[in-house]
Amino acid sequence: MATLTKPESDTESEGTPKRKTDFRFRSLRSTYIKEWGVKSLLLVCATLSIFTTFAIVAVLFTEATRFFQHDNVYCDAVIAEDGDRVCKAFVGTSTKITAGTEQACPECGHMHMMPAEITVVDFISGTKWNPLLGRESEKEFGVWALISATLMVSGIAMCLALPLGLITAIYLSEYASPRVRATIKPTLEVLAGIPTVVYGFFALTVITPTLQIFHGGFGTFNAMAGGIAVGILCLPIVSSLVEDALQAVPRALREGAYGLGATKFEVSTKVVVPAALSGIISAFLLAVSRAVGETMIVALAVGSRPQLSLDPRNDMQTMTGWMVQMALGDVSNYDVEYLSMYAVAAVLFLITLALTFTGNIVRSRFREEYQ
Amino acid sequence: MNQTETIAVAKPTTFMVSSEPDQTSENIMVEMRNFNAWYADFQALHDLNLSIPEKRVTAFIGPSGCGKSTLLKWINRMNDVVPIARAAGTLQLGDTDILAKSTDVVALRRRIGMVFQKPNPFPKSIYENIAFGPRLHYKGLSRADLDDLVEWSLKKSALWGEVKDRLNQSALGLSGGQQQRLCIARAIAIGPEILLMDEPCSALDPASTSKIEDLIFELRKQYTIVIVTHNMQQAARCSDRTVFFFEGKIIEAGPTRDLFTNPQNKQTEDYVTGKFG
Repeated sequence: MATLTKPESDTESEGTPKRKTDFRFRSLRSTYIKEWGVKSLLLVCATLSIFTTFAIVAVLFTEATRFFQHDNVYCDAVIAEDGDRVCKAFVGTSTKITAGTEQACPECGHMHMMPAEITVVDFISGTKWNPLLGRESEKEFGVWALISATLMVSGIAMCLALPLGLITAIYLSEYASPRVRATIKPTLEVLAGIPTVVYGFFALTVITPTLQIFHGGFGTFNAMAGGIAVGILCLPIVSSLVEDALQAVPRALREGAYGLGATKFEVSTKVVVPAALSGIISAFLLAVSRAVGETMIVALAVGSRPQLSLDPRNDMQTMTGWMVQMALGDVSNYDVEYLSMYAVAAVLFLITLALTFTGNIVRSRFREEYQ
Repeated sequence: MNQTETIAVAKPTTFMVSSEPDQTSENIMVEMRNFNAWYADFQALHDLNLSIPEKRVTAFIGPSGCGKSTLLKWINRMNDVVPIARAAGTLQLGDTDILAKSTDVVALRRRIGMVFQKPNPFPKSIYENIAFGPRLHYKGLSRADLDDLVEWSLKKSALWGEVKDRLNQSALGLSGGQQQRLCIARAIAIGPEILLMDEPCSALDPASTSKIEDLIFELRKQYTIVIVTHNMQQAARCSDRTVFFFEGKIIEAGPTRDLFTNPQNKQTEDYVTGKFG
């Protein structure tokens, strides 16, 4: 019988080398300092991302606020010659500015056309976006012209990406043999790695001409081609996220269903997909956010004519498309059309923020029930 | 280890188990002759010859990795999804050749209920869990039929009293033992002839285990039950027959009482008395 006592060094059998004992203990103090240092570093890194987020949001909304505040719109030099600009002298004076009227400048004496006042309500509810043409008083900032294009493009993209992505994911997760999987998955990853500008050109040079073969009504720039390209872009996102969600469903559930005599299709659709629903929905919402925020493709393929239209054959301008035009165009940083970029960006931010929150709510709600 | 030595001399034997004194004639539900199974090159089961009687509880015991779960998975062809698994020999459920290519697994599994080691209710309501199987296999089920089936299954698995007021709540809210009984209810809802249980109590506390054992005792009146267990007392308590597996072979099979009180084989004796395993 083996003895149960712990072998002491002096009872070790002959020939076993003795354990060296004259080691120095490490300093606990320096260990704690190191631990504290690491912890602080991690905290700083984590805080950095929060800080950056808040900084961006702050800039976004500050600039967006300026868009709605008249007196800050033109604050630089007196640009009185064209009669369309308000001169600096109005800023900060007690002179009452009546939007859309002609007023004499107390400084230079010229008559100036006051720019139409842009109210939040006009901005949010308006359907005409016309900031670049015409006199100051004729500029229109109705963001729905841009939102509608964004919704149109995203809608087309999602009609393509969600079903195809879901089906691809189910196939990869439940049906595909390891060999097929090993081919399709990397291909999808390549698709995800293509720069979006390439998708833009693809839409312009391949998708649009193809569409025009089937239907002559498609313009050179049209929402359909952009939507399809964005859909292709979102496809790998949807399929890989949904596949992750499906893979996370415990094998035991599949076995349980197989054991009851379910076929592969029944196991996939009646057990695996419902069990992964929260993951699937959040994958969908992430894809929608991606589509809504997609810029390069729509800037290249959808066009730059802001209009409220339900016809996907038309050229349109999405919110991101407008922002690109403003950021790259030759407008003054103090111009109202430049500042409108921030207002549009703020709206876009609120949309994606809402999607993110919805995703979180959906996820927590379904997780409670399912996992 | 001298176990391998002993194994070398142990011969696979056919055990035609005689009826126990208090029981009348037995029909054979599952029959295997010279059944072998492999995972790739590894032979998991060697020349099994065994008859599993109808409406009895047969316990498979043996140390981990001895092949008892593998055998269970072959009986309802769960191994189909494992590409490296193959089998040879005869394995029959009644008159059906389980291994034949022509045997439809869906039809086969309709006749075989399976309960797994860890309770695996679907993330649906209690009602939907039970209704899942019947909805797959029967067409034109009315809501009333389904209600009846759900109630019957839950009563049969001694769960009705505990859940009748919350049939529409998630099955994941049940305790582990309740979940396992739900899985049993789910399995019997499709009206199987045989219930395979793969260590159904290994994830449960003693109180829940005892409830499941009572349930097994109750269900044996109507179903053929095969239970894989690591718990010797459990095999002794709730089975009519016990089959002892070791390294993919059947070492001994017979009426539970005999196997536990008067094992014919030295290894069986060592195992049931707790000397190894």
